[in-house]
Amino acid sequence: MSQFKVLKSLVIDSLDTITKGSIKYHIWMGGLTLVMLIGMYCYFIQLDEGLSVTGMSDSVSWGLYISNFTFLVGVAAAAVMLVMPTYILKDIDFKQAVLIGEGLAVAALIMCLAFVVADMGGPSVLWHMIPGIGVFNFPNSMLTWDVIVLNVYLFINISIPFYILFRHYQGKEAMKKVYVPGAILSVFWAVAIHLVTAFLYQGLQARPFWNNALLGPRFLASAFAAGPALIILVLAVIRSFTAFRIEDRTIKKIALIVTVAAQINLIMLVSELFKEFYAPTHHSESAYYLFFGLHGKNALLPWIWTAIPLNVLATIMLTFGKLRNNLKVLYFCCFILFVAIWIEKGFGLIVPGFIPGPYGKIVEYLPTGIEIGVTLGIWALGAFVFTILAKTAIGIELGELRYKDKNSSAS
Amino acid sequence: MSENKKWHSLDLGLNKKKEASGACGCGKSQGSCNSQEEELSADEFYEAAINASIGDERQRDGFEQVFDVKMDRRTAFKKLTASLLIGAGAVSTSCSVVAGDDTKEKAQIDWEEQFKGNYKLMNDEEKQGTINRLMRSYELRTGKNISMTAENAEEDVLFGYAFNISKCQGYMDCVSACVEENNQDRNSQMQYIRIHEMKDGEGFKFDKADDNYYHEVPAEGHFYLGTQCFHCDNPPCVEVCPVQATWKEEDGLVVIDYDWCIGCRYCMAACPYDGRRFNWSKPEVPANEINKNQHYLGNRMRKKGVMEKCTFCVQRSRKGKNPACVDACPTGARIFGNLLDPNSTIRWVLENKKVFRLKEDLGTEPKFWYFMD
Ligand code: SF4
Ligand code: SF4
Repeated sequence: MSQFKVLKSLVIDSLDTITKGSIKYHIWMGGLTLVMLIGMYCYFIQLDEGLSVTGMSDSVSWGLYISNFTFLVGVAAAAVMLVMPTYILKDIDFKQAVLIGEGLAVAALIMCLAFVVADMGGPSVLWHMIPGIGVFNFPNSMLTWDVIVLNVYLFINISIPFYILFRHYQGKEAMKKVYVPGAILSVFWAVAIHLVTAFLYQGLQARPFWNNALLGPRFLASAFAAGPALIILVLAVIRSFTAFRIEDRTIKKIALIVTVAAQINLIMLVSELFKEFYAPTHHSESAYYLFFGLHGKNALLPWIWTAIPLNVLATIMLTFGKLRNNLKVLYFCCFILFVAIWIEKGFGLIVPGFIPGPYGKIVEYLPTGIEIGVTLGIWALGAFVFTILAKTAIGIELGELRYKDKNSSAS
Repeated sequence: MSENKKWHSLDLGLNKKKEASGACGCGKSQGSCNSQEEELSADEFYEAAINASIGDERQRDGFEQVFDVKMDRRTAFKKLTASLLIGAGAVSTSCSVVAGDDTKEKAQIDWEEQFKGNYKLMNDEEKQGTINRLMRSYELRTGKNISMTAENAEEDVLFGYAFNISKCQGYMDCVSACVEENNQDRNSQMQYIRIHEMKDGEGFKFDKADDNYYHEVPAEGHFYLGTQCFHCDNPPCVEVCPVQATWKEEDGLVVIDYDWCIGCRYCMAACPYDGRRFNWSKPEVPANEINKNQHYLGNRMRKKGVMEKCTFCVQRSRKGKNPACVDACPTGARIFGNLLDPNSTIRWVLENKKVFRLKEDLGTEPKFWYFMD
């Protein structure tokens, strides 16, 4: 019972913290709410008229939503790169960053699920997918695997930080033997969500662009570059706006992870390009379309030719320790790397898979305003959720939020 | 056929030496011997169905109907969730004094339909139940009757299709017959069949082919090749569906339960043959153009946000008729029949012509062959 009282007071306290803040904070949250409302409005239009309001068609049947979903799975998985050293290698350095990282993972997963739902033609019958009530095509369909691993990962990433914060809130130390097994599990799980999501595409013999063995590993590499890059940026923001102390050392360590992952990613890109262009076959058409356009159709060229130079530039700059250790340069690199990978792993991966179509037909895809509205709305939702989580966590970690109860003295 | 195969291969039972199923020896390529009788009984059956579905329920009010339905496997869940989710709405409908009987009945049908199970897993009684509801619902909404059936696959039947490239002249009569037969959305001009126009002497250059031509055919120096869903024997689209809303029936037809599909479009990404079509918006067919002879798995009306595709006209083929495209083709390029019947035309084609299929290396084993004279 007393646990419930603590929980209740935690909820009340955190509601209290998240509704209070500086003017800037209120503007930020207000702005996010506005974008969310616009997104919801767009979604209602989509519900009403059907997915025809998006740019998708029978030829390119997945677009912006699934692109973002794919990318965000990567961001979510990246939290593991911080969890591993902290909990398992006992690198105290990262402890603060981990809470933030796991908060980010939760927000990213919520966005993932939102994107999947937004992409469904029949959200009202989504219960068909609930095991036990509906029919769950497990283990045949990789999508069911994905649903399972994503939800379990979400559960892990909510429960670990919750346990730690809950203990800290009561002024108690979090017990290692409780959360470390969970943390180790989440390490493996992060790899799983990523591989399974890659297998979603990799397993389709109909789409040669995806049906290659490098897809899964490349997913991992790019995720472990983009995810921590985002964490660095978020930490930078938190550092400058709150009293939460994050040491330079922490950021620099994460930067090292980003660098190595970005380098591996680049190597794999070269390998991929070699295979597609050294001895081109019919199966290289999608890659041709992506990089050079096909038969005068070249909607993706501006995107990919933004992404590749940014990617290369960021990786080169990060490789030099001098540049990397300059925080300003580091933030810049992280930003362009994040954008580059968002393009590459989102748009640049999903759309060319459908072009050219099974019989060589080229139908291009451009997202519509409504689609972009919904997408921005979901990103705002993610940012909103993350801000709430982070603000509460920071409050507890700084000791501003504490459980006050005269009856129960700390045991 | 070797026992430990590395990949799936189509088994036509050629080695089994089974006698032709005795029921019908007429060969199905020319319409069937029992089609007339079946059609008659469809009407009678329809009458019976209406009686069965609403006969004694006419006297009861909506509330009673809802809480008086027979218990089956799913009812427990249905009642639970349904009452939670739309209970409020339905109760208010049933209790309202102004709402007519029809409104209540409609509400109840919608309710049952929303929470029914997957057709694939239904027994015959449940299948009958849902088509009765759908027919009644159509009548309540439009005042017109349709006839919907739920015939199951027959034994010893495996449907297959062959396409004669030498004969096809690109008239596209098959395309329009298909659209009319299968109640496809007219707004988006959805078509299951595509006819690819290719240049003589260049071989199969699908990427250079034109599947959207508007000129007089046959065009000089061109040949034509039609594609549609090939009803693969090892269909990747079926594997990937997260809710088993699409599956392969016993007679080889790959079908979709439109009411169970959640619209994720994973099957569309998995199909190597451009076989599937999605309802991006609400499909519309002018009332006077609706084909009223429907099958649950075939040409019944779809809704927005679900997948659909060619079913080899299940509403016709299971009554022993040819699909609409086969009957519509003026050149006789299209051949349909039972692969397990040694006397069928399709078997003759497979045995005497040099047939091939598209993208055989993918291991999908389509039941759709091409050949030339
Ligand atoms: S052609 Fe496509 S839709 Fe038809 S059964 Fe084969 S994979 Fe499925
Ligand atoms: S769109 Fe429908 S039939 Fe296709 S995979 Fe998704 S749920 Fe299954």
